[in-house]
This record gives sequence, C-alpha cells and structure tokens, in this order.
Amino acid sequence: MTNRFLTGGAISLLAGVLAGCGPGNKPVDQGAHNKVLNITVGTEPEDIDPHVVTGVPEHHIIVALTEGLVAEDPVDLHPVPGTAERWEVSDDGMVYTFHLRGNAKWTNGDLVTADDFVQSYKRILTPALASKYSYMLFVMKGAEDYSLGKFKDFSQVGVKAIDERTLEITLNAPTPYFLSLLNHYTWFPVHIATVAKHDGLTRRGSGWTKPENFVSNGAFKLKSWKLGRKIVVEKNPDYWDAATTKLDEIHFYPIELETTQENAFRGGQLHNIYSLHIDKIATYKKEHPDELRIKPHLASYFYRFNVTKKPCDDIRVRKALAMALDRSSITENVTKGEQMPALFFTPPGVAGYTARARIEENVEKARQLLAEAGYPDGKGFPSLELLYNTTEGHRIIAEAIQQMWKKNLNINITLQNQEWKVYLDRQREMDYQISRAGWTGDYPDPNTFLDMWTSWSQQNQTGWARDDYDALIRKAAVTQDPEARLELFQQAEEILMDEMPVLPIYIYTRVYALNPAVKNWHANVLDHHPWKHLDLEVKAEE
Amino acid sequence: MLKFILRRVLETIPVLLCVAAMTFFMCRLAPGGPFDEDKQVTAEVRELLNKQFNLDQPLHKQFIQYITHLPTLQSFKYPNRTVGEIISQKFPVSAKLGFFAMCIALGLGILFGVIASLRPNTYIDYIPSSLAMIGICLPTFVMGPLLMLVFSLKLGWFPATGWGGFSGEQFFANDMVLPSVTLGFFYAAYISRLTRGGMLDILTQDYIRTAKAKGASGLRVILKHSLRGGLLPVISFMGPAVAGLIAGSFVIETIFAIPGLGQDFVKSAFNRDYTLVLGVVMFYATLIILLNLIVDILQVTLNPKLKFD
Repeated sequence: MTNRFLTGGAISLLAGVLAGCGPGNKPVDQGAHNKVLNITVGTEPEDIDPHVVTGVPEHHIIVALTEGLVAEDPVDLHPVPGTAERWEVSDDGMVYTFHLRGNAKWTNGDLVTADDFVQSYKRILTPALASKYSYMLFVMKGAEDYSLGKFKDFSQVGVKAIDERTLEITLNAPTPYFLSLLNHYTWFPVHIATVAKHDGLTRRGSGWTKPENFVSNGAFKLKSWKLGRKIVVEKNPDYWDAATTKLDEIHFYPIELETTQENAFRGGQLHNIYSLHIDKIATYKKEHPDELRIKPHLASYFYRFNVTKKPCDDIRVRKALAMALDRSSITENVTKGEQMPALFFTPPGVAGYTARARIEENVEKARQLLAEAGYPDGKGFPSLELLYNTTEGHRIIAEAIQQMWKKNLNINITLQNQEWKVYLDRQREMDYQISRAGWTGDYPDPNTFLDMWTSWSQQNQTGWARDDYDALIRKAAVTQDPEARLELFQQAEEILMDEMPVLPIYIYTRVYALNPAVKNWHANVLDHHPWKHLDLEVKAEE
Repeated sequence: MLKFILRRVLETIPVLLCVAAMTFFMCRLAPGGPFDEDKQVTAEVRELLNKQFNLDQPLHKQFIQYITHLPTLQSFKYPNRTVGEIISQKFPVSAKLGFFAMCIALGLGILFGVIASLRPNTYIDYIPSSLAMIGICLPTFVMGPLLMLVFSLKLGWFPATGWGGFSGEQFFANDMVLPSVTLGFFYAAYISRLTRGGMLDILTQDYIRTAKAKGASGLRVILKHSLRGGLLPVISFMGPAVAGLIAGSFVIETIFAIPGLGQDFVKSAFNRDYTLVLGVVMFYATLIILLNLIVDILQVTLNPKLKFD
C-alpha cells in the first residue's frame, strides 16, 4: 500500500514536472501573447533611487519607471517632449524654460509639478546625501558650490519653479548637450513627499524605493522586487502617454553569467542575451544571424600610463608603446566582436565629432623613439608592469599586447592581475605603471570623453596635466557656436594623442542577442531602448 | 546530555567572537573600499559617504556597533536592504536547494554504497564505485552546464535557469530539478564511498556473522544490523556537508541564476560590503557549529561506545 502510494506520487510528480515543458509553454512565447517582456540587464540593481545609483542595470530599470523633463526618441535618442510638453531656450543658450504638461501624474495620483523638480535637484545636490553622480548637474548655475556646501540657500542655484507648471533652469554656460543630459537619471524627479516620509532626503537606503512605497511618474510602475530573483514593472495606465505603451509587463532578471544568459535565451526563458560570450559569436553569426546584434557602443577601451613613474614618464616611451601595437590584429583575433581599432580616444561620430588626431602604428618609428629614450633595441629597459582587473577578457588582450611589445620593441613587461577593488584602489593611489581601463560616455558628446583628462578630474588618474589642454576644455564649455566648440575638442584631442597619457586600444561594441519577436528595438551608441515603444510580436502559428 | 549541550553552546560564544573579529578586521585590511567604483568619486563625496555609513568612527567603535546591531545594519552594496533582510530572503532558497540536494545525495549515496559493499571487488562494486568516482571528479561547474545542455536545451524537459522564478511560487517547481541534481550528485558520490567503507568494516564483524547464523534475512542484516554502524562515517561527514549544502553553493547558484545566499558569501567580499560579509560569515559560522553539535549528539545515540562526556 505504502509502496504503491509512493510510486503513484512519484509518477504524478514527474508528470507534473514534464507537463509544463511543451515548446508552446516557453516564457518567451507566453510573453508574446501576454505582452510580457522577459529580459536580463546583467546584475541585480543596487537600488532604484535615481539620486543614489551609478550603474547601467539601474539605468535600464529606472528609465522604465521614471521620466525626466524630456524623453528619448526611440530611433536616434534625440530629446523629445517628456514630462515637459515644450520648452524655450534663451538667445544666449543659458536659460531653459520648461512647460510641464497638465496630465503628467505620479503613480499616487499627484500632479508632477515644477517644484518636484526643484526639490529633486536640491536633494541630489545636498552634501549630506553624498550622491556619487551629482556632478552631472554641475552645468547648472551654482550647483557645484551648493553640493560642496559653499552656501546653504538653495534659491541661489539656477533652478526655479516660476509657477506650478513652469520650470526655469539657468546654466553656467551654453551647453549644447544639455537636453541629452536631462535623460540621465540624475536629472529625473523623485516624489519628494514619499522620500521625506521614509526619512530618505539625506540618506540612501531609507526604504522608499521598496515596491510597497515607491512612487514614480514613468510609463511603467514597480510591481514587485524579489531580491536576486526579478523585478517586475507593469504598465502605468495613468501615464500621460499610456496609449504609446505597448507592453503590459517587463520582467528584469538579474543573471550575471554570460553562459547562463545564453542558456536561458536558448531555452526560451529570456528575450535577450545581455552580453554574448566571445566564444559564441562565430556560432551565432552562422546559425542565428537574426538574433545576433553587434552595435558600436559609446565606450573606449584603453590603458592608462602613470606619467609620474619610470619609464612611462618619458613621452617617447609612451609613444613608442602606442605605435608598436597592431590594433586590428587585437580586434580581429582576440576580442572578435567587431570592435573598432582606436587610433584616438573619443569614439567617432559622437554629436558630429570624429577626432582628426591619429596614432600612427609604425614599428620602425617606435623602435627609433625607444632608442632615443635610451633603450636601443629594448636594451636596459626598466621593469614594466601592466595592471588589470582579474577577467579573462582583459588577460587575453594584455597577453597579446605583451607579445607585440616583445616582438616589435624587444621589451619584456609583466602582467599583474588584481581583484576589482584592489585594482581600483591602486589606480586611484597611482600605484601602477600601466593600467587597463574603460570609459563609457555619460551622454553623447565628446566632452564626456575629453574633460576627464583635465588636471582637476577625478577620472584622470595618470598624473598628466597640461595647462593648454585644461584651457581648451574650459573654453569649449563656454563656446556657443557648435563648429567652434568641436574645433576646440579637436585641438584638445590632438594634445592628448601627442602627449599620450593614455593608450587607446579599441572602441567597444555591444554584442548581444535579441529574440526577433521584440519590435521597435533600435540599436544606438548609448544602448538606450525606451521601453514604452517596445512591442512583442506573436509568432505565426506553424 | 543537557549539560553536554549547555557546555557546547557556551563554548560557541568565544568562537563566534573570534570569527567576527577576524572577518571584520581582515575586511578592513583589504585594499579598496565599498565606494571604489569605475568612476571615481571626489574626495569630498567619499568623506561624506564615510560619514553616512559611520566609517569615520574609530574602528573599535564600529566593531562593537557591527556585532551588536548586525541584522539591522544596511548593506553597502544594496543600501535599501538590511543584512538581516538579505539573509532572511536568500537563505530559504539556499536551504531548499540544499534540502533537495541532500535527499538526492543521501538516497543515491547510501543505496550505491550499500550495493557496492555487498560484493566487494566484483562488478557490482566496480560500477557504483566508478560512478561515484566520476561524481567526485566532475566539478559542479561542468556537471551543471552538461545537464542543462541535455535536459533543457536538447530535450526541453526542465528550464535552464531560475528558481521557482519562471514558474511561480509553489514549493516545488521544475526549474529546481537540475540544480538539485547537480549539487546532490556531487555529495552522493562522497556519501556512497563513505557508506561503502563503513559497511565493509561492519560486515566483517562477528556480530554480523552471528546475525546471519541466527537466520536473519539478508535485508534485515543490512538494514537492522549493519547500517547503524556503517553510516557513522557518513554522519560525521554530514555535519559540515549539510551546512555547506544549505548555506548555498556559489557555483551552482551562479550557473543556474538562483537567488541564494551562496552568491553573497563570495560577492559581498568582492564588493567590500563590510556589513554583509560579516553577516553572512557569522550566519554560516553559527550554522556549522549548530550542525556539528547535532552530529555529535546523533553519533552518541547511534554508537553505544561513545558517551556524552
């Protein structure tokens, strides 16, 4: 009796397990019917408080939930009306007046007002909150000084609510990329009353971003957030543009491992592979070309030289090292993701800017420079260590470069990998000779790639500083004429490539896969895909 | 027995304090901190962050605050969660995975071990023993993807990833099968070898011969007379093994994208998430001590030669 009961139980359990497995039951196919997008954006978001977070996964979730003054066009990301239905710019380009729409509402029913924006900007700039990204607002008059605690009266900062639906922002200088900048989540509003209720005005982690408390104003609202499991957002029916929103729900899964993402994708659990492993690129090119996407990305892969330490304090050594590389060989044989070999620092085509400075890849000249520096045929070359954070991808690139330098310049370098935080610490303390790095643009403008090399930038970390470079970047910041402004960047990048405190290697691409059922997904350099425009197409019945 | 338990519990306190102190200070000695990121923050912001998270206090004060308020401290990496919240949300997942894996491990392991021990050095022994050897040699990060490839991608029987996430919130979901089998198989291999060894020792004992001579059936000899002694090595192994099983496996949780505590055990250290590291380590330490205590009690109950003092 007992045995029969057990066997019966086991069989029915097995049957139950197998019943849910037919091909038509895959989450992606169900998703297409129910308008539910199953997607992964990599890691678990740290938080979804736009004034606190700094990451890319956070970005993808926050833009679904929250909307700033402007929004992004799904195709080319140019600023289109968001919470503000229209805006005017003063003749000198310094004052922006935004007119908020009358039907923009928070998920609790409150109207989104101009004062919400003022209070939000006040919060992110409040010193006690210690927002890591508050510098994104520093183009606004007085913002930087307020965030440094130089004065306490926020009314001196260049943001003002003229009335309930009119917001005026005064800038330090005409900033041509200002409207694009507004699409960075640091410029998004938060529902101040909710934040204040949970005592979150000046500290992070107050709990106001938990699903039961969260109030937002975007096309989707937060339905649930199970730690490490998934975040579910659902269509916000009260959103002013709800007619555009096609999806009913988006499920964000935190899946870090590339191979796991791929297995989930192949198994019909996910609509995307956020990042495809390089070993799989060839297979996908051959077998699933309709799913594979390789798109240029607004990011540079490069090495920093520590110009305060031998031997990289010598400009000739830096140049020789930069010239002795064969970058196309690296992108073709090592990284394999159609990356663009970088002979300059700023990714080309950003806001009409392509650097005219070029690194000359010339082994003969490199040898000559090295000889001039006192190391003919690499003789007497001091020990040189290349620091990188422990990752397979960085290691194979470093090894290729190590070989190239050995072959072309007859010098030996050692490779040193360190765990992420140790690597960051050593870079910050300038305890390295050459260090691997990457930089993703914050907004589509050359400024985000070039102002990091100024003497005052936290991101510099090379010890390199030039007055004329600083002056060019400063001047570009206040130049209104777009042509003249880009010319200043050209000159700056020429100095940068001539002095070579950095060694550009390639411009990143995003290599990922997308289920063909996902519609209105347009590739762009920022990898932004405004969720409200996305749709899912039901596969024709076979 | 009560005295024994009480003494062991009291002994635990200094051990836990030592673990806490070592974890806390080792974390602080490691280079880099919770606020180091790709995009470096200014010195001013760093200072303010230190203040917000009480890192500006003297170390001993922080240590005291950490050990007295551990569950309610907020995580550095996930600031809107407390240490207690993270552990209480993620531990049940790891524990459930561990429980399923343990059932598989014990079931298969003991069965194979007993079969192998009955006819030592024949094919009946070689086949389960080699299977066990493969199980020990095949790391979970090979076994997992292999099972995934066959059973989810080729046959489509089970989902490749997730933990009740794709199929709802029920106690058992089909996405739990592959991770449990992967983890369980690894332990089953060990258990079967330990069972075989333990059983071989017992089966040659006089009292087994006596039992057989009395006319007890083969099954009765195994179940009633041999297993109790034969499983003693398995039981001492199970103490730390169970702790490992239910506290979560970093590899399995990463491969199958399971929201368990094993991932935090490793990642919190990488993230320099000072509070969470301490929380997870203390939790794990307590668990091991507790399970060892249970194992000790079990051993005394099963082995009449041992006493509680």
